[in-house]
Amino acid sequence: MLVKIDKNQVAGSLQAVEEKLDGAGELILDFAAVQRIDSNAVRVMEVLGRRADEKGIKVVLSGVNVDVYKVLKLVKLDSRFSFVA
Amino acid sequence: MIASENLQEQAQVPPAERLSEERIAYLEGLVSQAKIAAAVFTQFTQDEVDRIVKAIVLTGLEQAQHLARLAVEETRLGVMEDKVIKNMVATEFAYNYVRDQKTVGIIREYPERNLSELAEPIGVIFSLIPITNPTSTVLFKCIMAIKTRNAVIFSPHPRAGRCGSEAVKIMYEAAVKHGAPEGVFTCLESHNLHENGYLMRHKDVALIDATGGPNAVKAAYSSGKPALGVGPGNTPVYLEKSADLKTAVVDIIISKTFDNGTICASEQTVVIDDEIYDEALKTFADLGAHICDEKETQLLARTVIDQQTGCMQPMAVGQKATDIARFIGLAVKPNTKLLIAPIQGIGPEYPLSVEKLFPVLAVYRARTVEQALKVCVDVNHRGGLGHTAVIFSRNDGVIRKFGEVINAGRVIVNSPGSIGALGGVYNDLVPTFAFGCGTGGGNSTTDNVNIYHYLNIKRLARRTQNHMWFRIPNQIYFNMNAVENIRQFPSHSTIIVTNPALERNGHIDVVRRCIPPETHVHVSVIPDAEPEMKVVLQGVEALLFYKADQIIALGGGSVIDAAKVMKLKYESPDADLEELAAPFLDLRKRVVRYPTDKINRARLIAVSTTSGTGSEVTPFAVLTDQERGRKITLADYSLSPDVAIVDPQFVMSMPKGLTADTGIDCFTHGLEAAVSNYASPYTDANAMQAIALAYKYLPIAYDNPRDEEARAMMHNAACIAALAFSNASVGVNHALAHAFGARFHVAHGRANALMLPHVIAYNAAVPTKFMPSPYQQGYTAHQKYAAIADLLSLAGNTVEEKIRNLIAAIEHLLDRLELPRSIADLGISRQEFERAVPDLVKIAFDDPSWRSNPRMPVMNELVELFWKAYEGRRSAESDAENRQQRA
Repeated sequence: MLVKIDKNQVAGSLQAVEEKLDGAGELILDFAAVQRIDSNAVRVMEVLGRRADEKGIKVVLSGVNVDVYKVLKLVKLDSRFSFVA
Repeated sequence: MIASENLQEQAQVPPAERLSEERIAYLEGLVSQAKIAAAVFTQFTQDEVDRIVKAIVLTGLEQAQHLARLAVEETRLGVMEDKVIKNMVATEFAYNYVRDQKTVGIIREYPERNLSELAEPIGVIFSLIPITNPTSTVLFKCIMAIKTRNAVIFSPHPRAGRCGSEAVKIMYEAAVKHGAPEGVFTCLESHNLHENGYLMRHKDVALIDATGGPNAVKAAYSSGKPALGVGPGNTPVYLEKSADLKTAVVDIIISKTFDNGTICASEQTVVIDDEIYDEALKTFADLGAHICDEKETQLLARTVIDQQTGCMQPMAVGQKATDIARFIGLAVKPNTKLLIAPIQGIGPEYPLSVEKLFPVLAVYRARTVEQALKVCVDVNHRGGLGHTAVIFSRNDGVIRKFGEVINAGRVIVNSPGSIGALGGVYNDLVPTFAFGCGTGGGNSTTDNVNIYHYLNIKRLARRTQNHMWFRIPNQIYFNMNAVENIRQFPSHSTIIVTNPALERNGHIDVVRRCIPPETHVHVSVIPDAEPEMKVVLQGVEALLFYKADQIIALGGGSVIDAAKVMKLKYESPDADLEELAAPFLDLRKRVVRYPTDKINRARLIAVSTTSGTGSEVTPFAVLTDQERGRKITLADYSLSPDVAIVDPQFVMSMPKGLTADTGIDCFTHGLEAAVSNYASPYTDANAMQAIALAYKYLPIAYDNPRDEEARAMMHNAACIAALAFSNASVGVNHALAHAFGARFHVAHGRANALMLPHVIAYNAAVPTKFMPSPYQQGYTAHQKYAAIADLLSLAGNTVEEKIRNLIAAIEHLLDRLELPRSIADLGISRQEFERAVPDLVKIAFDDPSWRSNPRMPVMNELVELFWKAYEGRRSAESDAENRQQRA
């Protein structure tokens, strides 16, 4: 499943995804439009990552720019997700 | 800060086991928030950061009075009005310093160095706040943190928890309102040593900023985390007789009474010159100070200083002078600002000589400047190392001496100590609320802690194209009868340096005839082996005796080298030759400098009689120190002769053996300079020319010694090769040849010849180790050899073929010159050589010649090369077979 993350509503988009997490398999989140993320988005991603692990869902982040990648690295969220260009 | 501040608190990092799960969860929440905020902050631009900084500064200014009032109410120390000023300094002055500073992305550029500095935030900072500046420190650190994109967890002093957390809250709300990440500032709800310890050790806390007492600082440094600490102060003040006394007294009062003396940089003991002592005390008294008599001083000593610990009484910290006087039963006038206690020494017997963060000042009468400085040093060492010192003086010499002997991060001159140390008010020190005290105070810096301590500075270093050089004598005369050019050089007194053979064979008369008749000429004959120190110094005596203004060196490399050193010692008698012969890696960075001051001056004209070392144009000279059994190699462009005469008439009679030896030396010079890591288009032009000339004319000169053209071309080739290697240096071939030649007394050229084919094969192959070289891009030796093969019109379609053919051509040349083709051919037994090899390898490795080699030789490769040279042709044939089999 592919979900495009809205650059103006990053936390909101992720929240919506997190709430609907179901089943197993792979979920691709398209971050191509996202220039930066705020603290709320990071917190939602923490929860999303944890819940996806519990459900056995592999979450792939695509199109993450290096500045956002660095944020995820600093909060040690990079190991929770897979990344593709 | 306060030496005795909460001695039971903030001791070593206490164990976390005493924390409940609930508290741990709370602390983890704080760290998590801060970590996320710090991470998100890394995305912010300079403009975004600066917008937030300005907003929180304005908020801090607006709230300055409110926070000052809260601070005094809660801590019961200090002066509200002064705390307002502190809050304003912590905001406005701090902002004035940081406003235009770049703290995001590239923060500084050095285009001439191809270097840029970039900022990397620290991350999560755990910050301790002192009782003395509970709100101003918060304001200051919030500004620093935002400016540098860091998140802070604050831990206020237990007696300043409310005002501290209020300051954090105000700044946080302002910051987030203007776009800062949520969670950027948090504050511990209550003070707890175990919680502090937990956070100090937390893996996600990147830095501890411990502005607090010595125990807090010690705990921070003991935590194993990077930490910024501060140290205790005990500020000595020297009131020197040349000072503007009235201004000095006012400054001291301002400083010592500011916030009731709570700033740790404030004056503690004033050492006053005898000449102005009485007047100074009178001035203090006139301006509201109470000068204690002996009994009153003893009373103070017993009361405001804890007799057990020897430290100031915490209860007195930040209290008014009149209140202190009242508490201890000292009668003073109602408006007394300051209590002054004369003391006669520094040490435990003089309790008031310690830090006193309240308006009590010790004074000392000094009889001399020396005594005053020593007493100041005593005060400095009595618990204030690295902190602050103050001097009032108009004598620059005394001020400088004071700065030299006192160990203080801040030496304040002619201004109040406390406010002066804060920076940005009375001077150009960086504004701060945290004074680093360096190692004297157990800190990692003496700086006024500022934004740069809240950043990791990264350096982007672009490859720098090092400028190179091409330095040669500016006059080179060549071809037949070039020696005639000597006539143009006027001289009163000329010394000709030569060897016995040249004196005998008439060459010297050729030279003499070119010297104007009015010139006094003396001949200094030296042996033709490597010149000895003793002989050189004798030559210098002759130069001095005859007051020579010109030296003509007529001979081969040894004679010319000797003349170079004679000139050096003659012109600069104090030159220490041993020191000048010290090894170096980079000519431009070398430790020793050759002398430029000259007592005498002599022009050096080098007339070479071999083709050859090229010594007539090189900056090198090799001497032998027979006494100590070692060589002294000197290398500097100041050694290059002023004039070089390359006149083939002097080589026409060179015997065949010498022609071959010196000729192959020239050829090797060209080959080594061509592939050197210091090669440049300038040296390549000369190296290639020399190789081509030598390859063509050396066999002819060898076979037909009377062939003028061949002799002339070889003589030129030797000089041209020397122009190349004077700038590009040589390589491993010379390192091997030097070691072998010295040990087995084999002529230099011959020794080079034995190594040459093997070294070319070695350099042309893919190196085991590349030689680090900023001057070359990539590995090019094999391509250079191939280019040489093309130059010499050798066959080959590929680089490998050309190199093979080059080696074969060189072997053929060596055969033609009847040079020995292996060390074994010299009659050196295998056993003898085997015994010598370990030493040869060590000596070769010590030889600086290989440092410009394109391939960095490792020891076992040097061993292999020596053995290949031993085996000679047999080894080369075996290698060729191996290459063919692999192909």
